[in-house]
Amino acid sequence: MLLSVDNLSVSRGGVSLFEGLNFTLSSGQFISLTGGNGTGKTTLLRSIAGLQPIDKGEILIDTDNFIFAGDSNGIKTSLTVSENLRFWSAIFGGKEFEEALEVFHLTKFENRFAGKLSAGQKRRLSLARLMLADKAIWLLDEPTVSLDKKSMEEFSKILKNHLEAGGAAVVATHIDLGLKTHSSNINIEDYRTKSGNLNASAGAFL
Amino acid sequence: MIALLQRDLLLAVRAGGGFGLGVAFFLIVVVLVPLGIGPDMVILSKVSVGVLWVGALLACVLSLDRIFSLDYDDGTLELLLTSPIPLEAVVTIKAFSHWITTGLPLVVVSPILGLLLGLQVSDLKWVVISLLIGTPALSAIGAFGASLTVGIRRGGLLLSLLVLPLYVPTLIFGANVASKGLEDVSNNGALLILTAVTLAAFSILPFASAFVLRINLR
Repeated sequence: MLLSVDNLSVSRGGVSLFEGLNFTLSSGQFISLTGGNGTGKTTLLRSIAGLQPIDKGEILIDTDNFIFAGDSNGIKTSLTVSENLRFWSAIFGGKEFEEALEVFHLTKFENRFAGKLSAGQKRRLSLARLMLADKAIWLLDEPTVSLDKKSMEEFSKILKNHLEAGGAAVVATHIDLGLKTHSSNINIEDYRTKSGNLNASAGAFL
Repeated sequence: MIALLQRDLLLAVRAGGGFGLGVAFFLIVVVLVPLGIGPDMVILSKVSVGVLWVGALLACVLSLDRIFSLDYDDGTLELLLTSPIPLEAVVTIKAFSHWITTGLPLVVVSPILGLLLGLQVSDLKWVVISLLIGTPALSAIGAFGASLTVGIRRGGLLLSLLVLPLYVPTLIFGANVASKGLEDVSNNGALLILTAVTLAAFSILPFASAFVLRINLR
C-alpha cells in the first residue's frame, strides 16, 4: 500500500470542507477525485502532499515517493523548454529529460522560451516534469486543463503506463480519463461536512 | 541545489530578471549625494562610509521581494516545497543567489564610488571588506522578510518597513568597521561582530524563513 487516508477531516479558511474520508491507494491503482467547485478536491491533494494542515484523522504516505502537480504550471517563462526541464530533472536526481520532451511532443520547442508557448503546450511542459521524478505516487490537480483532445488521450496513455509500471495516482478531474482497470472514484461531496460548522465559520472571519 | 542556484542566476540575467538594477540604484544614490551636500571633498569623505552603507542597504531592499514572489506566483515555490530538497536549503540558496546578483556587484563597484566620494585609495580596503562581510547578512535577513510578505499583493513597501529595522546591527557594525579602519583605529571588535551577524543570519534565519513559508503556502 502506497497511501492510506484514515478518517480525514480538513478545513480551509476556517470552514470545514469534508470529514470522515477513508481510502487506500495501492500500486497500479488510480483514484479520480470528483465533486463540484469548492468541495475540497485541491485541498485534499494539498493535504496529502503536506502543504495543508489537517484537522483530524491520519494520512500515511512515504514523503519521498510522491510528486505533486498543482493547478499552476510552475514553469519559468524566461527560460527555454529544455532549461525548465533540466532544472526539475536536477532537483529530482538528474534523470535524462529527452524522453519526457518526446513523449509530450515538446522536442521541436526545446529551445523556445516557455513564455512563448501556448497554454496547452505550457501544460504539457508542466506535466513532463512528472516523468523526471521516479516517484510512485502522482498527485495531480486538474492535469488536463487547457489540453486538446489528442493531448488528453496521450496523457491518459502516459498515466496508464505509469500505473502498469507499478505507480499509482490520485487525480482531481472532471474528465473521464478512460482508465477502466484498477480505477475508482471518490466524490468528495459524499463526505461534505454536514453539521457543527458554526464555530468553524465564525473562525473564518478571525 | 546547485541547479537551483544556477537557475536563479540565469533568471536574474535573462530579460526582466533585474540583474544590475541594484547596482544602478546604488550608483545613482551615491552620485546624487555630492549634488545635495556640495562638492567639499573634506565633508564628502567624512560622510562617505555612511553614504555607501545606506546606499547598499537601500539597493539591496529594492530587489528583495523578487526572492520568493516570482516563484510563488508561478507555482514553483509550492512544487519546490514538495520536492526532495529541504525548504531550508531552498531559502539558503535563494538568499545566496540574491547576494551574488545584488550584494556582490555592490561590493565590486564600491571602490569606484568611494573614490567619487573623496576616499583615499588606501582607505578603500576597509569599505570593501566591511561590505563583503556585511552584505550577505542583508540578503539572509531580506529573505526572511520576503518569506513573511510572500503572497501579499504589492508587499514591497511592507517588506522594506519590516526589513530595514532588522538591518540596523549590520549597518552599525559594517559602517563601524569601515570608519574605524579609515581612522587607523583597531576595528577588530566591530569586524568580529559583523562577521557574527552574517554567520548567525545565514545559520538561523533560513529555518525561520522556511517555517514562515510553510504557513504562507497553506
